[in-house]
Amino acid sequence: MDLLYDTLFNGLAIGSVLVLAALGLAVVFGLMGVINMAHGELMMLGAYTTFVVQNLFKEGPLEALFPVYILIAIPVAFVVSGLAGLLLEKTVIRRLYGRPLETLLATWGVSLILQQFVRSVSSAFAIGLVVAVVLGLFLPRFTPADLWQRRWSPLLGVGTWVVSALVGIVLASALGGVRALDQPWFSARNIDVTAPQWLRGAVDLGALNMPTARLFIIALTALALGGVLWFLQKSVWGMRIRAVTQNRSMSDCLGIPTETVDALTFLVGSGLAGVAGVAVTLLGSVGPNLGGNYIVDCFMVVVLGGVGKLVGTVVAALGIGVLSYIVGSGSLLLVWPAMPPAINELVTFFATTSMAKVLVFALIVVFLQFRPAGLFPQKGRLVEA
Amino acid sequence: MADLVSSRHLRRSLPWLLIVIAALVLPVLLPPFRLNLLGRFLSLGIVALGIDLIWGFTGLLSLGQGIFFALGGYALGMHLQLSALAPGELPEFFGLYGVKALPAFWQPFTSPLFTLLCIWVLPALVAGVLGYLVFRNRIKGVYFSILTQAALLVFFNFFNGQQKLINGTNGLKTDTARLFGELVGSDSMQRNLFWLTVLLVVGAYLLSRWLTRGRFGDALIAIRDDEPRLRFTGYNTTVYKTLVFAVAGAMAGVSGALYTVQSGIVSPQYMAVPFSIEMVIWVAVGGRGTLIGAVLGAVLINYAKSLVSEALPETWLFIQGGLFLLVVTALPDGLVGWWRRGGPGRLASMLGWPPRTATYPQLDLDPAVQAERSELEGGMK
Repeated sequence: MDLLYDTLFNGLAIGSVLVLAALGLAVVFGLMGVINMAHGELMMLGAYTTFVVQNLFKEGPLEALFPVYILIAIPVAFVVSGLAGLLLEKTVIRRLYGRPLETLLATWGVSLILQQFVRSVSSAFAIGLVVAVVLGLFLPRFTPADLWQRRWSPLLGVGTWVVSALVGIVLASALGGVRALDQPWFSARNIDVTAPQWLRGAVDLGALNMPTARLFIIALTALALGGVLWFLQKSVWGMRIRAVTQNRSMSDCLGIPTETVDALTFLVGSGLAGVAGVAVTLLGSVGPNLGGNYIVDCFMVVVLGGVGKLVGTVVAALGIGVLSYIVGSGSLLLVWPAMPPAINELVTFFATTSMAKVLVFALIVVFLQFRPAGLFPQKGRLVEA
Repeated sequence: MADLVSSRHLRRSLPWLLIVIAALVLPVLLPPFRLNLLGRFLSLGIVALGIDLIWGFTGLLSLGQGIFFALGGYALGMHLQLSALAPGELPEFFGLYGVKALPAFWQPFTSPLFTLLCIWVLPALVAGVLGYLVFRNRIKGVYFSILTQAALLVFFNFFNGQQKLINGTNGLKTDTARLFGELVGSDSMQRNLFWLTVLLVVGAYLLSRWLTRGRFGDALIAIRDDEPRLRFTGYNTTVYKTLVFAVAGAMAGVSGALYTVQSGIVSPQYMAVPFSIEMVIWVAVGGRGTLIGAVLGAVLINYAKSLVSEALPETWLFIQGGLFLLVVTALPDGLVGWWRRGGPGRLASMLGWPPRTATYPQLDLDPAVQAERSELEGGMK
């Protein structure tokens, strides 16, 4: 019986991280159909935001608030990742609606850039970047208007950006000579977030030992899930999002600003990734590669649950969590010590975290053979379902 | 007659002549290290050709070609590990993990013939089975991409975690093995491998061209453009897709084997998620649906990568990410596609050279006509 509770709790703990990580993707991919391969990197931004917030509260005037910094980090991470996602939507994804494969590749490119950005960002780098962007945006304003009427004006547009990029690079490398500005903010190494005291202990229920951090993540997941459900089902903008999801052109005719809805949906989805990033910092050190560890899992969760169904996402994530734990911990051996040697060998073979992943993913692929639309398929009669 | 020979035949045979000359001259000109790099990149051209077949022509974006690439590499790597041994001996790394007997699935790889078959048949089989299961259920588009990526992750974790079976994350080294009595890592062997690579790239190109012309190729393009319609006209699209996916898998296997012997190691890193997506971007930059673009893209990007990584390693990811964005938003046909669709002409006309027109060039250049046109365009805005 203890084993059952233990399995359930640990499975729930693994699953709740998955739910939280996949929740944003379920909004972006499930509702908008946008494949955002940079979702994991938005999580990473959330994790790094937590790190920054923690450092702000470590010493100085805000030190007294250190025990609750994690609660402050959550909305901050939501805003940072959400704004990054909004920028991504406005600049890249907007041009690629209806071309999912291209979106996939473009967002993968964005994820690479974000990874390297976190590794090599320093004050000099940031100044150069800001200068380049400002220059690129405002240079066209200060060139004679008639230059923009020519046949070669598109080249001029490219040219201004090239020039401003060069200026930025030169500036960044010039400033890089100054020692204080050249220091990378995070560097390529992993960062560690120290959880406040109250998150470091464990709740002891006799046989079951529940780390508080895990409990916190479960609570956070429940809260985020409730928030998203409320937002989508009860709020005005949530209703608009659902309307656009169901029938874009009809919503447009009825006066719903579909572009704003797209941007908002993306912002919410990305912000949720940031919240997931906060949760991930509690589980161990995080690094620039954080996103890569989660992105495929997140997509599997959404696809397994049935695209466009939040319930499916939750069920799929918890199912994967419990199954991974059962397989990975080899707890079947404890339940059934007298199993035949052949099965015993098999169970031991898969009883590591990475081999559990192999088995679980293989099972998902097999499952999708029978239910290609996932656990909770959307009903429809289209050929292109 | 002489004109005919000089113009048409020469134009047809010129690329081939260039390839032959390059293959003969480059090994003399380039230092062994650069030649080896070129050979590696050319072998990556083969996997890119396969991706062009399934993505450029059939519209299936596979993010899991690394599976087949690595399978081909492992098949050859295992053979090379075994070929260096006296009978009864075990590859060295087995000793580290206390493995006493050769695992059963290693046994057949002692035979060179089996290995040669396995390099392309095994990936083709895996691709065929995986493809059949997925295509039968009409899983397509991004779902196909995500599933292939998941499959890739399954294989990666498996190969990465199994020290006792295939040396796990360390991979198999091939440099110190002997092939036909010669050290695989030696310069002369590497030169022979370079020639073999050139031959196989040409072979793979010809095979792809043969496949994409004619009815089979038409069917592939039809699947890409409107699969339901093709199905409703009575074609079994599953068969076509499975077949072309298996062919691409076989190409990936050959490519992986060539890459392995030229880089001296095969490791689970060949199945890493980023590497398989990189393969896709080679094709996208070169131009999907152009075949030659795939090879060019693979060689160009990898060459750029090695140059940039030597000089400024931190910037490569920025450049690569920028390439992904650029090629998707500004250059959807890739370099070769841009070239073929009159890109240089458009660029020239932007810079002031008169655009080339097929008919009535005077009319286009007539100031009155131009004025009227710009007026019309202005009115439309």
